[in-house]
Amino acid sequence: MYVLIVGGGKVGANVARALLRSGHEIAIVESRPSRFAMLEDEFEHMARYGDGTEIFVLEAAGIGRADVCIAVTGDDEDNIVICQVAREKFAVQSVIARVNDPRNQQHFDLLGIGPTVCSTTSILSLIEHEVPEHHLVHLLSLRRENLEIVEVVLTDESPVAGRRVGELELPAGSLLISILRDHAAIVPDGKTVLAPGDQILAIVEPAHAGELADLLTPARV
Amino acid sequence: MFVVVVGCGRVGSAIARGLIEDGHDVNVVDDSAEAFSRLGDDFPGSFVQGQALEMTVLLAAGIDRADAFVAATDGDNTNIVIAQIAKERFGVPFVLVRVLDPYRARFYEERGLTTICPTQAAIEMMGASLRDYAAQAPEGV
Repeated sequence: MYVLIVGGGKVGANVARALLRSGHEIAIVESRPSRFAMLEDEFEHMARYGDGTEIFVLEAAGIGRADVCIAVTGDDEDNIVICQVAREKFAVQSVIARVNDPRNQQHFDLLGIGPTVCSTTSILSLIEHEVPEHHLVHLLSLRRENLEIVEVVLTDESPVAGRRVGELELPAGSLLISILRDHAAIVPDGKTVLAPGDQILAIVEPAHAGELADLLTPARV
Repeated sequence: MFVVVVGCGRVGSAIARGLIEDGHDVNVVDDSAEAFSRLGDDFPGSFVQGQALEMTVLLAAGIDRADAFVAATDGDNTNIVIAQIAKERFGVPFVLVRVLDPYRARFYEERGLTTICPTQAAIEMMGASLRDYAAQAPEGV
């Protein structure tokens, strides 16, 4: 596989190393002269100097035959443009973009650029996972489908403990997928009775995640 | 009409002042507070200081009710992204975007943005001047 990496900072350089170790072919584009000199020492001809948002720089780096383009510069607007050019001008099958400022995620979503990776968002979801009583744990977000998979652990205080799934007024577009109880997974139906300690996986539209949390977990103090 | 101009450098500020003279309403965005001085003391519109990519900044400037939007910061990619936000998210009817790189300008023009490329304009004007001179120059020049 030929992977074009635009942005030769720590993220780009480490992705390049990992791909090379797995036997892939890469090129890495960097526009800062001092950083480029370091990359050239390590990656030799695979390091390319230039502004990766310039079309001729991408062409010279072989974007025309790239299977994947990874935009990991420190500027979100640059990453957006790189991905648009890669996908729409050069028909690159797969693009991956780094989001530096999580507030810019909405721009990537608007323009249909993904998958995206944002370290701030990842850290926040790790914190959520470590503090499960907080509220819903967001396990996976399916942006294109506008759905997310969340996890909730029912406590003794949960207003739905002891109730049947069929009685719950789940928010529109949400569904309980499975219940992990005593180390066994149950696929719930309307007759399943919820119990404290149940670890519930649910699928929900992000806009309704708050309603689902209110339904399943006790009101926060 | 009501116009939002992002980027208050030589181009953005002159466009904003020109629109005011023609009787339009204009709000201007720039990340530097000093850029405001380019508009003159009597500028009647709002000046919003902030990063162009930030939604709160664009909304404070009134992007959601703009009749026209001008992206004229010194960053091609910033202009390209905010122009697409204006067009595709807020449905601004007329969006103008300045792109210095002719190749990127052409690519986004083909994708439906109205791009203005000063570099391309300079290439064409200087080329045409030189061709004109060559056509009427004395023999042997």
